[in-house]
Amino acid sequence: MLKGLFKLSWIEMKIFVREPMGVIGSLLLPVLLFVFVGRALRFSPRGGAGIPVSRLPFNIAILTALLISLGAVQSLVGIMAIYREGGILKRLRATPLSPVTILGSHVMVKLGFTLVALVLMILAGRRVLPDAMPASGVSFVAAVLLGTTSILSFGFVMASLVRSARFAQVLGATLTYVMLALSGVFFPVDRLPRWLQFVANSLPTTHAVTLMRAIWAGEPWMTQLATVGALAVIFAACIGFSARWFRWE
Amino acid sequence: MPTPVVTVRALTKRYGRTVAVADVSLDVNEGEIFGLIGPNGAGKTTTMECIQGSRRADGGTISVLGLDPRRDATALRRRIGVQHQEAQLQKRIKVWEALDLWASMYDRERVVNGDVLLERLGLAGKRDAWFMNLSGGQKQRLFIALALIHQPELVFLDELTTGLDPQARRAIWELIRDIRQRGSTVFLTTHLMEEAERLCDRVAIIEHGRVIEMGTPRELVTRHCAERRVIYTTDEEGGERLHELRGEGDDFVTDVIHRIASDGARVRGFRTEMPTLEEVFLKLTGRAIRD
Repeated sequence: MLKGLFKLSWIEMKIFVREPMGVIGSLLLPVLLFVFVGRALRFSPRGGAGIPVSRLPFNIAILTALLISLGAVQSLVGIMAIYREGGILKRLRATPLSPVTILGSHVMVKLGFTLVALVLMILAGRRVLPDAMPASGVSFVAAVLLGTTSILSFGFVMASLVRSARFAQVLGATLTYVMLALSGVFFPVDRLPRWLQFVANSLPTTHAVTLMRAIWAGEPWMTQLATVGALAVIFAACIGFSARWFRWE
Repeated sequence: MPTPVVTVRALTKRYGRTVAVADVSLDVNEGEIFGLIGPNGAGKTTTMECIQGSRRADGGTISVLGLDPRRDATALRRRIGVQHQEAQLQKRIKVWEALDLWASMYDRERVVNGDVLLERLGLAGKRDAWFMNLSGGQKQRLFIALALIHQPELVFLDELTTGLDPQARRAIWELIRDIRQRGSTVFLTTHLMEEAERLCDRVAIIEHGRVIEMGTPRELVTRHCAERRVIYTTDEEGGERLHELRGEGDDFVTDVIHRIASDGARVRGFRTEMPTLEEVFLKLTGRAIRD
């Protein structure tokens, strides 16, 4: 079972790399944005050293990490829709591979590319934006990957609901914007109206951002158990939903 | 007594209010090539998919290799090979990668050498090609290779040679006969009557979701289209003359030959026409075009 998972993940990774646009979009774009914003801040036209990172209205490292993560989810939803439309899922389903292996391989690939993008971001950030860097790079990467896993499970719920690849693109993009806006990166969630707070707290992104922010600031993991728990609950609920409603054709 | 590897009793499948398969019962015996033939939309694929376990039947019982295709789905998938109609793979997967992936899913002892299989299917030169760059026929042949990579005990082939040229078609028939020789049982669907007649030991004709006839191709021809034709030309004073005689029974052709001989005619051309499965098929399912 694990052998099949690794083999399929490896093949899916190679397939993904063969499409240059996908790699540019998921790996380079967020990192380039990060570097670009970083330089713009440093060499502010008003002279001097520009705005210090601490005075920005949002945390640039967390925003970039979230964009990387949401990019992975959009890509996942799109791939699922294309694979379903083309009968690829149906063909794989007719083999002894378990459904967990078939879908899990895509999670592995997405987490792998998220990891690479985060490492690139941190390497670039050390040079360009040292004061935007997290307290511990390793802990921060772990927090982002944990959040991404939960967000990816939400992606499977979307993939279960959409029928066509076109609709997947539209729904994926729309939900991405909603998740980004309500995540708490730009303004605290408790400033939202009650009902929107409820929506925000039902989304994995909000908890992912809470966790990332705490770990970025160097808070110990032990203080984040509630947030990790929320991510786990959302993950379990999403996987449960998808296990029941995911369509293979 | 032949041992059935597939036993279907009173299989029913509905899509909404449309009845796709109604009360289908059939047996497929070990080591035979069994063909399910019928017009488009008759229920061939649905029947096959219920038997494979990829579709849930609404009624009836199915046993495949002694297993329940829904309950024992995982165990069954290891022992069967499947080729779907109009399937796709990942656009940028290479031919060898697909074979390698499939080979990794099954018992090592049963897996055959992928390169040999590619060679036999005329795909050796496409080993490193992306799936999306293969022609329709090449894709089809790759799917057949994937269905056969582990020498399955039972192979399901849905419209196996649709879209292939005559050379490829013949090569695949050869391959199918070969795997049967090595002990596999083959369950296929086709709407090419020539294919059914040349390849299948037994066929079932399905129409509007019901099996309306079953037997060896020869049995069906004898049962439904007993008429034979003899067409010959003779040299006459005014030139050539064409004769056409129709009759039934095994002795008919011999009788005609005796008659020509006793007439002392000079025969220029002579041929007999036996009815084919296609004629039986048209007789039983009608000549109207459908989709």
